[in-house]
Amino acid sequence: MSRQLAIIVTLVAGVLMVVSGFIKPTEGWGEDVAEWFNILAAIAFVLGAANIAKVHLSKISARDAGWGFSAITLLAFAVTFAVGIMKVGVNPMPAFPNVAMSGEKDAGGSAFWWVYTYVMSPITATMFSLLAFYVASAAFRAFRAKNTEATLLLVAAFVVLLGRTFAGVVLTGWIPADSDWAFLRFENLSTTIFEVFASAGNRAIIIGIALGVAATSLKIILGIDRSYMGSGD
Amino acid sequence: MNQKQTWTVIFVVAAALLTIRSFTGPGMAKVYVEDTRVSLKQSGEKEVDGVMKPVYEAVAPGTDGAIEWTAQSQVPPRVYYAAEAADPSQTAIHLSASRTIGVWVAALLTLFIFSFLYRDNPFYKFAEATIVGVSAAYWMVVGFWDTLMPKLFGSLVPAIVTANFMPGLEGKSDYWILVPAALGIMLLCRLNRGLAAVSVIPLAFIVGTTSGLKFVSYVESDLLAQTASTMKSLLVAAPAIGDQPSTGFSMELSIKQALLFIGVVSGLVYFFFSVEHKGVVGKTARVGVWYLMITFGAAFGFTVMGRIALFAARCEFLFDDWLWLIDPTQNRVVVETAVASVNALVGAMASSPWMPALSALGC
Repeated sequence: MSRQLAIIVTLVAGVLMVVSGFIKPTEGWGEDVAEWFNILAAIAFVLGAANIAKVHLSKISARDAGWGFSAITLLAFAVTFAVGIMKVGVNPMPAFPNVAMSGEKDAGGSAFWWVYTYVMSPITATMFSLLAFYVASAAFRAFRAKNTEATLLLVAAFVVLLGRTFAGVVLTGWIPADSDWAFLRFENLSTTIFEVFASAGNRAIIIGIALGVAATSLKIILGIDRSYMGSGD
Repeated sequence: MNQKQTWTVIFVVAAALLTIRSFTGPGMAKVYVEDTRVSLKQSGEKEVDGVMKPVYEAVAPGTDGAIEWTAQSQVPPRVYYAAEAADPSQTAIHLSASRTIGVWVAALLTLFIFSFLYRDNPFYKFAEATIVGVSAAYWMVVGFWDTLMPKLFGSLVPAIVTANFMPGLEGKSDYWILVPAALGIMLLCRLNRGLAAVSVIPLAFIVGTTSGLKFVSYVESDLLAQTASTMKSLLVAAPAIGDQPSTGFSMELSIKQALLFIGVVSGLVYFFFSVEHKGVVGKTARVGVWYLMITFGAAFGFTVMGRIALFAARCEFLFDDWLWLIDPTQNRVVVETAVASVNALVGAMASSPWMPALSALGC
């Protein structure tokens, strides 16, 4: 019964969203439902938190390998959540000094701001920066000009890298900027690659993705694809 | 030397260097703040949306009945040095313990993550475990204060929300909000094994609305917009120069437009798998693959550039904000020992046999 109801809910919600995108008087529906969706997504975070707690508490209670790191995860979670929800260290807004919790949750100097600035931001930025090494290492091992396609990929990457660095500008700096051969300067080649070739490739990919998303959405709305219900339908 | 001994040596050397650095010149990693006393007192009331609300004005600190607190703003160390030089007894600008500890925490966590370049180790795992907990809680808090409080509770119990948490909120009851509230409660039923089946309904709502919204947005902004941008005349008019109107067409822009058109069409042919890639279709698809390879190469180059920029930013944080060895933004009096080291290095380079070659390369 709940499965039938779920299919009807999907159909109605999906059709309403599609209709609101094409019929002027129903435009507001889309905005309202998008707001409901945001509320549901925020509530869904509770499920995520419960899952984290369940996984890590079971690891701690079973004294599994690395249970200490699970304890650190839970402690970090609890501290961040507590200081954020209670707005620890947040001053009131000057317009409403009588309301102690009127200030922004991440106001400069607050505990939540501290956690974001000195813990979350450095770790995430450093993790992403590590990829510079791994991408370069993978490229060194994988990039081989074995055929036309691989050569094109290699040359495009090389030109873009050089065209956006000082070294590339210096290397082809001897070509006069106002001559007919100026397009051979690395910075101009890099721009042409982005404006013409990469733009064309990206458009083909974007159009392909849009067609794929439209087809998949229709399958879900019409109840043909029910895999989200988790039964393998 | 085993791994334990290697780490011990690294730590001892690092601790020794940091200790020396901390007591050399003005030290390192210090963050200064300026205190500002905020003092506000109610001066009257005004009507906002039919409700009388108090109006406050700034008064001198210590005034009877005033609401007061101290606001802190970060200042560069050079401001602190200037204030100390002018008046050694001043207390308005001072060292911030919490922010200074924060810089140390950020620096250590940065090094913990970088330690993964050597191999997986407990320090990296510590930072990894921390970020899992912190980021999960961070997004929960953001969801609570940015979405649940103003939109859900602000519509259900607007009086309580505006009186205690968000006085600037336009508090209006909206009972339609009970729909997502009910769906949210049903979603939480997933936590109870016996009621888990109920959670399929809100899930169906989420999937249905997402499908509908994505269908419209992808068709409008990706499929139609990108197609319209491609289906343009292959003869592109020459751009106008100053007040002179455009005359004729530009060969360069026309060739670019033609190459763009060929690339999009051939790329789409490559993605069309309902027809076997043989003959004309196969050759067109091959051209599409060439375009895609150039696209991936450009994306790769761009990604590497972005990651290297991030890496440079992290290094700048370590050497500037933490170790105080460089000062690109002139935030403090440059550490004399560092200047001396750089001068010595420049002097050594100037007298090296490589200098003529470096000069020829424009370095």
